[in-house]
Amino acid sequence: MTKLKPLPSLRGIAALSGIAMFAVLLLAVAPAVLSDHWLNNLGKYCCWAIAAVGIGLAWGRGGMLVMGQGVFFALGAYAMAMHLTLETAGDRVPGFMVLYDPLAPLPAFWEPFRSAGFTLAAIVVLPVVAAGILGYALFKRRVKGAYFAILTQALAVALATLISSTIRETGGDTGLSDFKFFFGFVLNDPANKVMVYLIAAALLIVCLLAVWQFYRSRFGELLVATRDAEERVRFLGYDPANIKLVAFVVSALMASIGGAMFVPIVGIITPAEIGAAASILMIAGVAFGGRASLFGPALGAMAVGWGQSSLGSTWPDGWTYILGLLFVVVILFLPSGLSSLPARFAAIRRRPAEQPTPPITAAELEEVRA
Amino acid sequence: MDALISQLLNGSAQGALLLLAALGLSLTFGQMGVINMAHGEFLMLGAFTAYLVQQVIAASDLSIPVALPVAFVVAGLFGLLLEVTIIRWMYRRPLDTLLVTVGVSLILQQAALQIFPSQGVPVEKPSWLDGQLNVLGYEWPLRQLFTIVLASVCVAALSAWLKYTSFGRRIRATVHNRDLAETTGISTRTIDRLTFFVGSGLAGVAGVAASLIGGTNSQMGAQYIIPAFLVVAAGGIGQLKGTIIAAWAVGVALSCFAYWTTGSLAQVLAFILVIVFLQVRPQGLFTVRTRSLA
Amino acid sequence: MTGASLVVTDLHVEFSGFVAVGGVSFDAHPGEVRFLIGPNGAGKTTCIDAITGLTRGTGSARLGETELLGKQVHKIVRLGVGRTFQTASVFDELTVLQNLDIAAGLHRSSVSLLRARRGVDPSIEQALEETGLAGELATPAGILSHGQKQWLEIAMLLVQDAKVLLLDEPVAGMSHDERTATGDLLQRIAVKRIVLVVEHDMDFMRRFATRVTVLHQGKVLSQGTVAEVQADPKVQEVYLGTAGAATAAAMAVVPEAVAETLKLTED
Repeated sequence: MTKLKPLPSLRGIAALSGIAMFAVLLLAVAPAVLSDHWLNNLGKYCCWAIAAVGIGLAWGRGGMLVMGQGVFFALGAYAMAMHLTLETAGDRVPGFMVLYDPLAPLPAFWEPFRSAGFTLAAIVVLPVVAAGILGYALFKRRVKGAYFAILTQALAVALATLISSTIRETGGDTGLSDFKFFFGFVLNDPANKVMVYLIAAALLIVCLLAVWQFYRSRFGELLVATRDAEERVRFLGYDPANIKLVAFVVSALMASIGGAMFVPIVGIITPAEIGAAASILMIAGVAFGGRASLFGPALGAMAVGWGQSSLGSTWPDGWTYILGLLFVVVILFLPSGLSSLPARFAAIRRRPAEQPTPPITAAELEEVRA
Repeated sequence: MDALISQLLNGSAQGALLLLAALGLSLTFGQMGVINMAHGEFLMLGAFTAYLVQQVIAASDLSIPVALPVAFVVAGLFGLLLEVTIIRWMYRRPLDTLLVTVGVSLILQQAALQIFPSQGVPVEKPSWLDGQLNVLGYEWPLRQLFTIVLASVCVAALSAWLKYTSFGRRIRATVHNRDLAETTGISTRTIDRLTFFVGSGLAGVAGVAASLIGGTNSQMGAQYIIPAFLVVAAGGIGQLKGTIIAAWAVGVALSCFAYWTTGSLAQVLAFILVIVFLQVRPQGLFTVRTRSLA
Repeated sequence: MTGASLVVTDLHVEFSGFVAVGGVSFDAHPGEVRFLIGPNGAGKTTCIDAITGLTRGTGSARLGETELLGKQVHKIVRLGVGRTFQTASVFDELTVLQNLDIAAGLHRSSVSLLRARRGVDPSIEQALEETGLAGELATPAGILSHGQKQWLEIAMLLVQDAKVLLLDEPVAGMSHDERTATGDLLQRIAVKRIVLVVEHDMDFMRRFATRVTVLHQGKVLSQGTVAEVQADPKVQEVYLGTAGAATAAAMAVVPEAVAETLKLTED
């Protein structure tokens, strides 16, 4: 350790002040300016943004196209929803279960979710264990690229189907809803709603800080190196599977946290929020904002979330077309998302003839050749 | 035993439908490396084509045989359009192709939803499919048998086309070594377009078969795309016989699981089965070992 | 650490029935620059692939007392066996320093991976000096010249503290001066390490090889010093057969021309 390298710290300060600005906007300005309704909406976008930050890490930096983040979103969401349902039901069996079979007892796997501590632990541990096992199995067998994407998507489809078909255990297609309490706080109380929003927004800031540290760390460099030339990393003595596993598990954890906060804010969780379409929606935001950038995924997810919940309900037909076109246009012409626009304009101004070429990862090329 | 045989036959028919859906994919994904998530919507186009042909030719006995080639051409032309406008720019970005075609599939689904009634359209089955055939003491619906025959014909035609025609040979040459193929005077652009046309067209044929078995609506393509991809992956990329065996196995598994449990749980189990299988054999059933490129 | 040698015994590699390497044995010791030569398809690169775990081989490849065959790629690297590739493969988007830092990170704890880099390791500075890349510290590896990329790869092997350096055509595409610089570099680093070079360039081989192993159709054709190998009638026959232009004796007289011919026929 002889010389200090001053270069990255400058960018580091810029990124940090960006996060700080974002934090002020979300935590101080938004609650003061927005109506309850819009603050609640913003909270929902924050939840999607939390999941998106994780996707940015896994896909943008790690090259793993996670098309089934709905699975981990669901783990957090259903863990939280089960706890809130039990909290609302008190000592009795939740209402929807009674509907199908009045005498049957509470399913055994629901029982531990009575405990707030267990629920909070489950929100963290479940996705880590699930993603750990899945990732270990897939990455060690060198499943990557399109295979990985399709398999994760298949899991999201499978989980959504499973939940749909187990009406008595999970609420099926109608999902879990009508939560009255949030860890003892009455959810109807506007003050408590603001509190729930603030928790979600704060968690988003924490996740941004976490990936910021990831990106500037040696691990971040290693992750990019693995994305661009996995075999080469292997010949440097690292096991790329472990590197990818860490990024994948962290992204799963973030999806779970996003899902957990989604439940008290939106008040309902159904298989539609976690299935293939929902998982693709999460990807859409990340692609739109800029998969490999720090703020791109979060801002993109918020933009798409806004489109989904406002346009999606007032003009559903048009919104689907917009979403489809968004994929086509952004991926085709702007693979690094909106966040790459400033750099692009700068590059065009500097040398008008030369267009920056979209990045092609070695892993992707290898995928075609294999 | 009876139950087992009936599930085996039933599963074979399901597998044949999966095979039809996967056949085009194994061509575009296996031979060209293009991951086309709109493939399921091309299948949907085939099903709607069967419906539209029926509006022109009311006699369903005749309309379905007519619909098969028409659906092939319609879906094929849509595929060609997709290749020419979008996919040709993305051959070096396979993962991005996947996402772009997700967008295309959303647009096609929405268009179908607006053009046709949202609950779907009825496709009349021809009367010659009403009967049953006695197989091993089990009454086998001709409808199922038809799917199997159709799938077999498509497989035979495709492999003969790849093997014996000059176009087929050029496709294989392009797959093996694109640069070399170009230097020997093969227009790889033409080959790409043709391959995509045929692959998408096969989805259209699958759509006609699907319209005779299940509902014809805007969501039907989404049902088939993931299972079809899993079949191609499990069979081994670019391996036709692998795709056939995988499709059959998944079909039988689906049918047996559905018999033991419920339909939706069967889907979950079949998915998990394929995922576990890919764990054991990530390269699929059949692979060619070559010196790996460092 | 100068004691351990790389000993390859009866190495076999097959691809779907095709025997690429059929029973190759050789050894390489610290202090010598060992060359592996042979016509195209002789199995040179496949030997390296098998030793580094990229392709599966049978037989034995030992570093000191440790068997390498059958181990995973990254574990073999951790035992001290490093390699380069025919096409320079560095991380184009990362700077020279970042490339070296990743290579040096091999023995770091996982916790330190989560921290940002604060300085330059002494081992990295040393490798930069050794390979003459000290001025390129902050240059993205993608815009280095071809020769510099190859040197960066060698520097990466140095910082990862490889005991064995397996170099696949390290001077391909280099200018004459760059070849000389690379040869001198190899002789310097070979003092304490095992250096095994796969090469087509006969002139380069003659100038810098300590000992040479000639492979032909997956088997060892000849082994010894440059002079011994060149005098071997079997080698002369093989090179007459493939190059069809000159005898091995003539190779010694008009080295550049023959080397060019050989390269043309082999590429």
